[in-house]
Amino acid sequence: MSALEIRGLNHAYVASKPILHDINIAINEPGIIAIIGPSGTGKSTLLRCINRLIQPSSGSIIFQEADIARVQGRSLRELRRQIGMVFQEYNLVERLSVLENVLTGRLGYMSAWNAWRRKFKPEDIDRAFELLDFVGLSDFAMQRADSLSGGQRQRVGIARALMQAPRILLADEPTSSLDPKTSVEIMELLKTLATDRGIPTLVNIHDVNLARRYAQRMIGMSGGKVVYDGAPSGITDDHLKTIYGGESWLQ
Amino acid sequence: MNSSSASISTKTGGNPKWQRFTAAERTARYMVYLVVLAAFFASLRTVEIIPEFLYDAPEQLADMFTRMWPMDFASYPTTIHGAMLDTLHIATLGTLLSLLLAIPLALLNARNIVQSLWLNWIAKFFLVSSRSVNSLIWALLFVAIFGPGVLAGVLAVALRSVGFVGKLFSEALEEVNMGTVEALKATGASPASVLLKAYWPQAKPAFYSVVLFRWDINVRESAVLGLVGAGGIGVVLNDAMNLFQWPKVAMALTAIFVVVLLIELLVVNVRKRLI
Repeated sequence: MSALEIRGLNHAYVASKPILHDINIAINEPGIIAIIGPSGTGKSTLLRCINRLIQPSSGSIIFQEADIARVQGRSLRELRRQIGMVFQEYNLVERLSVLENVLTGRLGYMSAWNAWRRKFKPEDIDRAFELLDFVGLSDFAMQRADSLSGGQRQRVGIARALMQAPRILLADEPTSSLDPKTSVEIMELLKTLATDRGIPTLVNIHDVNLARRYAQRMIGMSGGKVVYDGAPSGITDDHLKTIYGGESWLQ
Repeated sequence: MNSSSASISTKTGGNPKWQRFTAAERTARYMVYLVVLAAFFASLRTVEIIPEFLYDAPEQLADMFTRMWPMDFASYPTTIHGAMLDTLHIATLGTLLSLLLAIPLALLNARNIVQSLWLNWIAKFFLVSSRSVNSLIWALLFVAIFGPGVLAGVLAVALRSVGFVGKLFSEALEEVNMGTVEALKATGASPASVLLKAYWPQAKPAFYSVVLFRWDINVRESAVLGLVGAGGIGVVLNDAMNLFQWPKVAMALTAIFVVVLLIELLVVNVRKRLI
């Protein structure tokens, strides 16, 4: 039984322009799985199909013995809350404190009424402080999220995703808005999570070298299809040419 | 005109010559100026100013001021104070009451919350109807239904405010960062939780700002509503004018001026703290 299995996934926003063609991916192991490919090839769409932010046109996504592509309402939300997601633009609630942003990771486990009254469980609050400590932001817990730098915000985003106690983690270009040094720090953090906490982590990433350095498996996408799926060491320049097209950028 | 496209025409043998507008666009712009000017002169001809009354105006103004001065300070504690409080009550209750309708309509109208064009349009219909009727007209209607008094004023203010608050709150909701909304959906939050934790914190400053602004407007509007019998300071003002009690009129006008000024100061200060 895989942690996540994508079978025959297709998606088209406009019927005549399909984005994803027959994607088949099974994820069994913890660690970072990097998805590389040119812009507009459907990497983000693929991640958003996995937690059904986008309804795929056809195919199935088997997670926790259910097909995410088919469920609705409460059962969808109960699956979603076990899938953490980290975004390129962090997507924090800017006007709330860092701590409260982390606590929003528990929204899937509580009623709206309790969320309104900020009635978080004491163990959730303890855990939020632990996670902030883990991502190195304990001193910032009471600050507003919009007072943080990009790298710090991304750490809050990761803490929020972990707050869900996720079985898998999706990261959509988590380093694309960050400087090279901060990017490495964020990838280190994701790597620690993926291996030490045993959470399979799918990362969309533009930086091929960063992907090679941290991933234990790489998926290359081009034109909405998976064109490579295997160990990072197996990726050759030929593969990169197929994925991105052209070769001048390889020097 | 900023959105119109610029045109590039090629001069023979040189660099391309750039012009902000095409010849047709330039003509259209001059036509607009011409129409504005024509409208100004046309309306000037139809307003029919009577010169005698115009020459006479400064004299009449001075005369009115002499009749108004000294103000009737004694009337403040007996009639004006109570009526002024009524006016403030009308404005405040009316604003609060309007929120009961404005908030749900704003949610229904926001396209990024309710993805049904039908519901959007129904909400828009109510918001526009509320705004298209002036509070004085609403007041006339409610005076006819409920009789003269404060209740008619409160309802008039409330119904006029629904459209204003609803439309502006709805726009604030449509401007929120959808990335945050997506992120909270991804945590498995229910639609109600997403509304409370993603939309509301982002739209909150705009909401309070709009409500305060509307309250400020409502204080000024409810001062006038008394003219049609909907309670408050306007009733006192109207009676005093009908009885040619100019010193009392002056006192009422001064009271309105001072209250509006104080409220302006209050609103500015509260708003500063909110954002």
